Amino acid sequence: MTGAGFKALVKGKAVGELLRLGEPLSLWGGLDPETGLIIDRSHPQRGLSVTSAILAMPHGRGSSSSSSVLAEALRLGTAPAGFVLASPDSILVIGSLVANRLYGTVCPIVFGVLPEGSTGLWMIDQNHVAPIAGP
Amino acid sequence: MRLTKSDQAMLDGEAGDAARTAMELLVAVAKSEDAPGLVDISAAHIDGGLYHGRAGLDFALSLVEGGGRVVVPTTLNVSSLDLLHPELYRGDSETAAAARLLMDAYVDMGCTPSWTCAPYQLIQRPGFGDQIAWGESNAIVFANSVLGARTARYGDFLDICCALTGRAPEVGLHTDEGRRATLRVDLQVPDKLLDDDLLYPVLGHRLGQVAGTDVAVIVGLDHRAGEDRLKALGAAAASSGAVAMFHVAGVTPEAATVEAAMAGQSPQRVELIDVVDLARARASLNHGEGPLGAISVGTPHFSVAELAMLADMVKGRSTRVPFYVNTSRDALSRAEASGTIAVIEGFGATVVTDTCTYITPILHDVRGVVMTNSAKWAFYAPGNLGVDVVFAGLDACVASAVSGDLVVGEGW
Repeated sequence: MTGAGFKALVKGKAVGELLRLGEPLSLWGGLDPETGLIIDRSHPQRGLSVTSAILAMPHGRGSSSSSSVLAEALRLGTAPAGFVLASPDSILVIGSLVANRLYGTVCPIVFGVLPEGSTGLWMIDQNHVAPIAGP
Repeated sequence: MRLTKSDQAMLDGEAGDAARTAMELLVAVAKSEDAPGLVDISAAHIDGGLYHGRAGLDFALSLVEGGGRVVVPTTLNVSSLDLLHPELYRGDSETAAAARLLMDAYVDMGCTPSWTCAPYQLIQRPGFGDQIAWGESNAIVFANSVLGARTARYGDFLDICCALTGRAPEVGLHTDEGRRATLRVDLQVPDKLLDDDLLYPVLGHRLGQVAGTDVAVIVGLDHRAGEDRLKALGAAAASSGAVAMFHVAGVTPEAATVEAAMAGQSPQRVELIDVVDLARARASLNHGEGPLGAISVGTPHFSVAELAMLADMVKGRSTRVPFYVNTSRDALSRAEASGTIAVIEGFGATVVTDTCTYITPILHDVRGVVMTNSAKWAFYAPGNLGVDVVFAGLDACVASAVSGDLVVGEGW
């Protein structure tokens, strides 16, 4: 399990517990930036918190307002630590870039597919995505 | 990445701080997309005027402060407030004040206060082949699919960056290759279903599930798929999936034939959608049962034709439950002139403009389910408003309003 084959869409470093979404999530209408919880009623992982996680998503979905929701979650400190996207999504990229300009937050976004069965703590560092070995 | 002299001049700050910020962000996104360069755009539609919290306002105010002015005709999407009917807003005053500041900021940058999610219903709209930068998922899919204009999925922030610079990344749906259908969807339903308005949003909901981000060509529809029906189809597909463009063979402008939509290549994937799939998709949009609390129609904003259709259905009748009709201020003024709005208000309906009932607190304290003819509304309202939703056709919505109880049509 190495980070080969990933591409940084938004550069930066992040460490967090990996949260893999089984289905795509529109952050707008799907994530409450006040709490960091998934609120999309039709999403199988509704109720889970994305805060400080490395969020792995199949691809974005739906609303173009998701950029604002990501920037707001970053402002409030409820956002994921970083994203691993199976397909590039400029809606999330711009949300992360704008929050960085306004508030200095760092939320790297990489494009690539994680190995099946990945769990635990993961790290994003520029183009590199890798699990962090336990103690 | 290839930049023109004028792109570089903006990066150097020659057009002001806001244009520099916009160009820097645009270039960063374009690089993340491996764009070879940027293209000129002729129009923009901005989704950033809807208030989601302080971050969006901070960004807009920073652009205003940096002297930001749009350089192409730019319309504004729905906001959080109905400026024509301010008494409808039931949220807190602090949020309303911030939402109003956000709206003013975009108008200050030279955007047109159209406040509609259906800018393609305005008299001035993009034409075939025009390069544009639109936000709002349903508008994006309509522009690409029905108008044949070319826009990627622009999120909040990136849309205004395009409008301030007049440029957009030269990738994806801006290019011929990005518009080619790679997924063929074979629709196999009885012919009479093509006359049913309800088919289109349900098909869209299913299309979003099977297509994801792929461009599909739908085979099995015909000329009965008019603009309002394609609007419902696209809005649903852009909610359940990240659909930014679809073709309908023999109907939409880049799909004279299935082969044309696929540029002569074979599909990478073929999906069949039949009545069983559609019935399942329709059922998945119903989240509740119980007494009827309210009805909301017009998501995306009703066109003048849809307002007239509603007026025909409700003439001389009255609703027993709160009944909301979302539309644009432009359609409102045109429908007022023809007497349509007087009929709708005589029915007891509340006309909402500039915003929409699923994105801002307008509905009264609802006791019971909310009925809607919009798959998009049915998709988002449960999460946004915490209400249970019943999805049905406009005729069923009107019949239910008149009886005060849920009346859902028979059939598929």
